[in-house]
Amino acid sequence: MNEKNRVGIIARLRTRLSKAREGFAKRVRNVLRKGAIDEDVFEELEATLIQADMGVKTTHQLVEKMRERVKSDRLTDAEQLYTVLEEELVALMSQPSTDAHSAVQSASPHVALVIGVNGVGKTTTIAKLAHMHRLDGKKVVVAAADTFRAAAIEQLEIWAQRAGADIVKHKSGADPAAVAYDALAAAIARKCDQVIIDTAGRLHTKTNLMEELKKIKRVLGKLDPSAPHEVLMVLDATTGQNALSQARLFTEALGVTGIILTKLDGTAKGGIVVAIHQEFGIPVKFIGVGESLDDLKPFAPTEFVKALFED
Amino acid sequence: MFESLSEKLQKTLRNLRGLGKLSEKNMKDGLRDVRMALLEADVNYKVVKDFIGHVQDKALGREVLESITPGQQLVKVVYDELVRMMGKEAEPLRLSSEPPTVIMLIGLQGSGKTTTAAKLARSLRTRGHQPLLVAADVYRPAAVQQLIVLSEQLGIPAYSDENSNDPVGICRDSVQHARRSNRDVLILDTAGRLHINDELIEELRRIREILHPHEVLLVADAMTGQDAVNVAEQFHSRVGITGVILTKLDGDARGGAALSIKSVTGQPIKFAGIGEKLDAFEVFHPDRVASRILGMGDVLSLVEKAQGTIDEKRAAELQEKLLKAQFTLEDFQQQLQQLKKMGPLDEIMAMIPGMSKFKGLQPQEQDVVRVEAIINSMTKKERQLPTIIDGSRKKRIARGSGTAVADVNRLLKQFQQMQKMMKQVRRMGRLRGLGGGLNFPV
Repeated sequence: MNEKNRVGIIARLRTRLSKAREGFAKRVRNVLRKGAIDEDVFEELEATLIQADMGVKTTHQLVEKMRERVKSDRLTDAEQLYTVLEEELVALMSQPSTDAHSAVQSASPHVALVIGVNGVGKTTTIAKLAHMHRLDGKKVVVAAADTFRAAAIEQLEIWAQRAGADIVKHKSGADPAAVAYDALAAAIARKCDQVIIDTAGRLHTKTNLMEELKKIKRVLGKLDPSAPHEVLMVLDATTGQNALSQARLFTEALGVTGIILTKLDGTAKGGIVVAIHQEFGIPVKFIGVGESLDDLKPFAPTEFVKALFED
Repeated sequence: MFESLSEKLQKTLRNLRGLGKLSEKNMKDGLRDVRMALLEADVNYKVVKDFIGHVQDKALGREVLESITPGQQLVKVVYDELVRMMGKEAEPLRLSSEPPTVIMLIGLQGSGKTTTAAKLARSLRTRGHQPLLVAADVYRPAAVQQLIVLSEQLGIPAYSDENSNDPVGICRDSVQHARRSNRDVLILDTAGRLHINDELIEELRRIREILHPHEVLLVADAMTGQDAVNVAEQFHSRVGITGVILTKLDGDARGGAALSIKSVTGQPIKFAGIGEKLDAFEVFHPDRVASRILGMGDVLSLVEKAQGTIDEKRAAELQEKLLKAQFTLEDFQQQLQQLKKMGPLDEIMAMIPGMSKFKGLQPQEQDVVRVEAIINSMTKKERQLPTIIDGSRKKRIARGSGTAVADVNRLLKQFQQMQKMMKQVRRMGRLRGLGGGLNFPV
């Protein structure tokens, strides 16, 4: 990605992120930057972080840390405090994944398994991912392994066509693991670079449906022991504290290697990914900021953190 | 996973037992716990603030009147207020006396509108209506197809227009279609959209102006976090909603969004989506979601589900046994059979308070068959007194049931753990009943 392009994306992202941002974020900045650090500043800080869905625990840890920094660094100005906090969050969100969550980069075909609860935007995200790989000149196969939801296969088919990717599909109601297997086999035969597997949305608490995902993973391993190389959990930015439970259970079942945070073009901040990063070491890899094919962006920690506080 | 609020409060307020009254001072820690519980349950920050202030006033006002422990008194006030704020009783759908009734479903992308449209249609049909599903989502690829597939599964007609990409026109035409084909309720499935997308919000306003729907229901995901207030506020002030349907309540989300949405819109939550199947849909029960927000489990939903499948007497027995933990392996076997009738086991188990702590213990459907076989191969005495099952008895049981000794061991261990779990449930139940001053719906 060249520099000009990158700036363009960031500017665009900013406009998207700032759309209709009203209320507390602006106020917080005002409070935070109005001058002396007093109890109001910490209270407002707590309000901001919690309202960004960062969760009680993470918020309290951050606020306590800031209290300490104020003492140790002799901060007097709220503006300084804000800068310190921003740095702290950017550092946290820039950390690479812990070993347990690392993805295999070089594999051909590279296999990405895309999972998540119902309605987070898996199918649309897969279309965007396919499009992104296509722009890189790669040959992409998508696997329609959501054989449960009515018309999910048709939906992916339309997107695959738009993105210029091949699709491997069975009938509605077929075994998702068989679809995934066939897709990888086809990708190997056709010498494709990237396989992206769409799965049915499922609540992480449904044991039988989690077993189904494990089976997909097992079956892929028969063709390539290192596959899937990436397990991407799609997370809706509007989700609250339940995202922690999602991250925990999907990771236990499959070993999530990264998060795609969708719907950041709304008013939700998606702060729960900070708690997820802190607790499980799972990084955010991409963000979704709209409904068209090029609305998937690599995650940029600085932009994300700024958006938490800016209007 | 969560320590329940009751457990937490019990700890915090243990040393206050016997004081018998609430003061601002001794309530401080308790209210802090309540606040944390609500925030952890995703109730909006501002809503929590108001709520805590309100509870404090209420609790202070009643301090001398009741002589139970401060912790119980506080939990009761918190619970009662939650229920009151969420609407006390479930509110029915407003149906027009001059059909067709028009029900419009709106909401963010992925909140579950299409599935909910189908579930609502099914529920209306069981009440003697002739619903018509209207496919007004012309934007999402294959959304129309999705609604048509669901309508075919249900055998309920759907109206769509392949040649039109104008949702307003489709909705308008669908009313004519309903009149001609004698359908008395229309359910409009609109496209998911952001509450800040002016153009698409305007489209909803136009549909509303032209069709004058009797219900405009906001479909909202139970897992929504703090942003629920923005979403609900915007949809309400810009389109105008008359009620809410909360979806995906079958997961482990605490559902604080329910309280947030109710407090910013003032509109009742009418239904809840509780599973992927088309019959997994029920009237919203504020009391149950209140206990859920507070982390107190959902015993009542479980009992009701049992009642729908088993007869009432057996449901009462089941509840009693579940709560009293007085069951033998024989009961265990019977219960597994009954539970099987009630639906997928993982859904049932999720409703039992404290069950989330026992991940991995939830029985799988295929295990049930094996478990039954093992229990069938035991003698009556063994079923009543599993402790007498020694090595040679185990071998016999394994042979008789076509399983391995390891399977028998696993069952016995599971049974022991189950008994422990039931004791846990009983402890929580006892807390509710403590002092006789608490009126929790168990």
